[in-house]
This record gives sequence, structure tokens and C-alpha cells, in this order.
Amino acid sequence: MRQLSMRDAINEALHLEMARDPRVIVLGEDVSGGAGGTSGQRDAAGGVFGVTKGLLPKFGEDRVIDTPISESAIIGAANGAALAGMRPVAELMFADFLGVCFDQVFNQAAKFRYMFGGKTACPIVIRTATGAGMNMGAQHSQSMYALVTAVPGLKVVVPSNAYDAKGLMLTAIRDDDPVVFFEHKALYPRKCAVPEGDYTIPFGEAALVREGEHVTVVAIGRMVSFAEKALDALAADGITADLIDPRTLSPLDDETIYESLENTGRLVIIDESPPRCSVASDIAALVASNAFHALKAPIVQITSPHTPVPFARELERLYVPSPQAIETAIRRLVKQ
Amino acid sequence: MPLPPDRLLRAYRQMKTIREFEERLHVEIQTGEIPGFTHLYSGQEAVAVGVCEHLGDADWIASTHRGHGHCIAKGCDVTGMMLEIYGRRDGLCKGKGGSMHIADMSKGMLGANAIVGGGPPIAVGAAIACKARRDGKVAVAFGGDGSCNQGTVFEAMNLAVVLKAPAIFVFEDNGYSEHTGADYAVGSRDIAGRARGFGMPAETCDGSDFFAVHAAMARALELARNGGGPSTIEAKTTRFFGHFEGDPMLYRAKDEVARHRETMDCLRIFRARVTTEGLLDDAALDAVDAEVMGLIDRSVAAARSAAPPTAADLLTDVYVSY
Repeated sequence: MRQLSMRDAINEALHLEMARDPRVIVLGEDVSGGAGGTSGQRDAAGGVFGVTKGLLPKFGEDRVIDTPISESAIIGAANGAALAGMRPVAELMFADFLGVCFDQVFNQAAKFRYMFGGKTACPIVIRTATGAGMNMGAQHSQSMYALVTAVPGLKVVVPSNAYDAKGLMLTAIRDDDPVVFFEHKALYPRKCAVPEGDYTIPFGEAALVREGEHVTVVAIGRMVSFAEKALDALAADGITADLIDPRTLSPLDDETIYESLENTGRLVIIDESPPRCSVASDIAALVASNAFHALKAPIVQITSPHTPVPFARELERLYVPSPQAIETAIRRLVKQ
Repeated sequence: MPLPPDRLLRAYRQMKTIREFEERLHVEIQTGEIPGFTHLYSGQEAVAVGVCEHLGDADWIASTHRGHGHCIAKGCDVTGMMLEIYGRRDGLCKGKGGSMHIADMSKGMLGANAIVGGGPPIAVGAAIACKARRDGKVAVAFGGDGSCNQGTVFEAMNLAVVLKAPAIFVFEDNGYSEHTGADYAVGSRDIAGRARGFGMPAETCDGSDFFAVHAAMARALELARNGGGPSTIEAKTTRFFGHFEGDPMLYRAKDEVARHRETMDCLRIFRARVTTEGLLDDAALDAVDAEVMGLIDRSVAAARSAAPPTAADLLTDVYVSY
């Protein structure tokens, strides 16, 4: 099957859904780029990471909307367009910019349906680039999905590969609730087999990436590939694991984790975000509450430290959980 | 009242330092040694220096993601900046901030900022502190044509008017907010007009002309230091490089940068004027050029050989105490 990068897979999902559903619009900073420029070339950027490339020439300026740098207005306008019957896909260039527009995300989008007695829906998708590893500094590298996962009313997607990203994006746009879709910058160029045409991946259904017997590993986003590297190294010593990729953090498929633990009894959770009130700590709490009987050893959480993301290469390398750290932790845990 | 030669020469030295700092980074980035994303200020030097020439260490500025020029103009140590951009332990921010987060409170530099529109409210806060202390100091908020579309900036401007804060908003209109033209993104195409709408005086000046910026800043300062509250300067300028290093600039006409380097180069314009008017001679300016090249060479050499941060550094500086 053809190999597609995560960037191109998401791009394809946007193309497919915009062609299928005239209610879908895309808006954000530089989503095409070139507006008001001197080259006469529109679609000069296609998003700063190129994810929305080619949409403008195909679907036109009414549906592919370049905005000024105005995050509150971008997300607010997406909300309003959704209430008025459209299905907006708003791009927030970096997840850190949630800080600029958080009112529209957590007071507005998340709450309309409940506050208005279930009489409306706000079917927006907020696409945003997440994660560390590219030395982009403290305000362009954060993993903020725990923050939105904590807010009732928002759905949260963190794909770990191109195949999932395409299917999850199609689901996200068709979903009637607000969805925050975190795209890891380091995964954009990573390729895997991606079928052509339409397919969806349901929310709240984890992927069992690998099956094994000694330990259950839950990894989020980019950490799935790091966990695979660690497990490749451990295979030589006969250590195998169930590797679970939740894919969506809200809703969360905790049942798959419990089922795995019935067999393995040991749990490692790998999350790139800082440890406090994180998705790792949330899953650990759920397991401690609901599957304590299955545990043979304490739950291990591998996260970044409780610090902002540092700039220097040497520091950022230490900040992000590494395949080596994951390997060491699993080795230690299976001996307990 | 023209500036005395020593101040003119200092202004030239700063503009030249910014230019060579940036042009050299443009080259060094190709080596792959510099981490992350870098936004260069080449072309806009007259704005930073025209504004900061009036300021001392006790005045404040808040900067942007394109902040190297503001840092140098405000007196930040050039070698310390270079080390920071290389992510070194002895950099101005210990390698933890990088190009987009250079700060030095001892120089009144409140920080470059990776959030567009993040700086102006902070500058208003510094202006409130100046007002409360009655120290006669001011705070300057630098921003681009992109930032003038952020709600945070509108809020900061209104707050400054309401409080009659000694704040000066400097908008550097280089024609582009990232990859989108200001012709498209700035609705009225009149940033100064917006500022007037908030109830403060505002003027537009040629950002390639040090003297025009300097004169506009003198008027803004006069007002701020005498209890007249905030004002706005809209400086029309250009950037000689992309939004970030690596930006192919598909949104700009192919010859635009070359043309602007020909017609809007603030260093050339400055030199032509001061030599024509007999304020400085070419020999003195050439000597500054040589001195600056030496400084940039030394700072790059120092940065390349400097030590990186250590593992222990990762966990420090999160809090003052914890």
C-alpha cells in the first residue's frame, strides 16, 4: 500500500471531507498564505506545516479562510459558524496558543450544548501542532492535551501515526461535538501505509499496537513510536508487552487497559507532558480505582519533568521521555 | 537640535551590530549548529535603535519573536545573546529561552516573546510601575503589523489610555504577518488610525529613516514623561529575510527583497545623510564597521565553543522557591 506522511494524511482527510460536505470550512493563520502578498501567489504556505496545502485552489476563499493573527477571533468565529450550521476546522498554529483563546475553547465551545439544554451542538475541530523535540522553546513546544481533556464537553484526539490521523480526522469533522485535535510536529513527516478514500476510526476505541505478556504499556501520541523502540530492544531478552495507544483521550477507552492488565498485571504509562494532573496521572488514578486487583506492582508513569520545555538541545533531549528511559523502566518493572 | 556626533556614532554602531548579528546568523544557521526557529530583524534596525536611543536601562521595553534587534538596541550583551541563540549554558537565559525568549531585566528588556500580542499588556504593566514610582521612566511595547490584530493588544492600548500610563506602542509594519500580507490582514491598513480610535495620539513614520523614528519617539516620550499618557508610532519598514529562517517567501515578489535592500536599507540611508550633512565622516563609520565585524566574529566563536547546559540545569529556575 502507498506510504503517506501524517501531514499528507491529514491533508487528504481535509480534502475528502470538504469535497463530501459543503458545510466544512477551514480557517486560521496562513492556512493558505499569500493573501495580500506581492508575489501574486495564493496558497503560498498551506499552513505553517503545510497541512492545509492545496485546499484554497480547490475550495475557494469562502471555505478556506486566511485570518489575521487573532486566535480568540479564529476560535470564536469557528464556534459561531458551527452554531450557524457549518462544520469549521480551525487551525491553531501551535497548541501553546490555546493560552490566547482559551475562553472560546473552554467557556464557549465546551459548554454551549449543556448550557443551552442540549438544544444545540458545536461541531468544530480545532487542529493544533503539539509537542517538544524541535527546539522551539517554552511557548511553542508544550503538550497541553491534559488541560482540555479535563474540560467536560470537549473531545480530545492525539494520533500517533498517519493512518490513524486520517481516520480520526474524518471522524472528528463528522462528530457533532467540539474536538481538539493534537498533531505532533515531529510526526508530520513520518510515513506509514494509508489507504486511499474514506475510512473513519471511532472515538473512544484504543489501538492495541502490540500484544505481549509481561507488561501493559500505554503511550500517547509520539510516545507510541518511542515505546515501540523500547519494546524492540526488550524483545531480545524475551520481554513482551501489550502496547496500547488510546488515540482519543476524551472519550478514553479505559476498558482496553483494564483487560490488558488482567493478563499482565503491570502498567507503564508514557506521556510527553509534565506529570502533575496529566493524562498519565489520570489513567493511573482510573486503574488504581477500577483495576487495583489486577496490579502486581506499582504503576510506573514516564513523563517529562515538572518544568517548562527548555530550548537548548541537550536540555530538551533530557526533557522528553526517551526510548532508553522507557526500556529501563520496563526492565525494572518486570523484575518486581 | 541634531544629535551630537558621539550619540550618532553610537546609534550607527547599534544598527550595524544588529545588521551584522542577523546577517551572520543567516549564514551560521546553515551549519545546523543553531537549534530551533530564528526570526531575523535585518531591515528594521532604524526602528529599534531610533526608539531605544532615547532610553536608559531603567526604561522598559517588551519585544517580539523578532526580538534580536530590540535586545541589542536596549543594551543586551551581544555575546550573551549569541550564546543564548546557540543554546549555551552561559547564554543570557542559560540556554533555556533561546532566540524567541531573550530577556535582561537589568537592561529594562522584558523579554522577546513567542506569543504574538503577548508583550503589549506586559509593557503597560511596566508603565504602571513607572507611574506609581513617579520615576519619569517609560515602557515601550514593540509589535508588528501582525500583532496589531490581536485582542490583547487592543486591551493593552485601551488600558494604557484609561490609566494615562507612560506607555509607547511601536508597531513595525514590515508588510507581512508571517506568510500573509498586511494589505490583507490589517483591515483599515491604518494602524495609527486605530490607536487614535483608542484616544491616544499616533503618528506614522518612515521606519527606514533613523531620524524620522527618533523624532517621532522624542514626541512620544515628551508626552509620556509629562503625564500625557500613551501614544503610538507606526513605522513603515521591511524585513530582509523570511518570517523565520528557512521560509521560502513564496508570498513575496521575487525581486522584492533585493529592491528593498537597494531602496530601504536604513544603514545606507543613515550613512548618506550623516556624511552629506557633515555630521560624521566615512572613516569614522568604517572604523565602526570593522569594530562590529570583530565583535560578531568573537561572539560566534565564543558561542561555538561554549559549553551546553548540564542535566542539573533542566530542573532549576522553575520557581524562586518550592
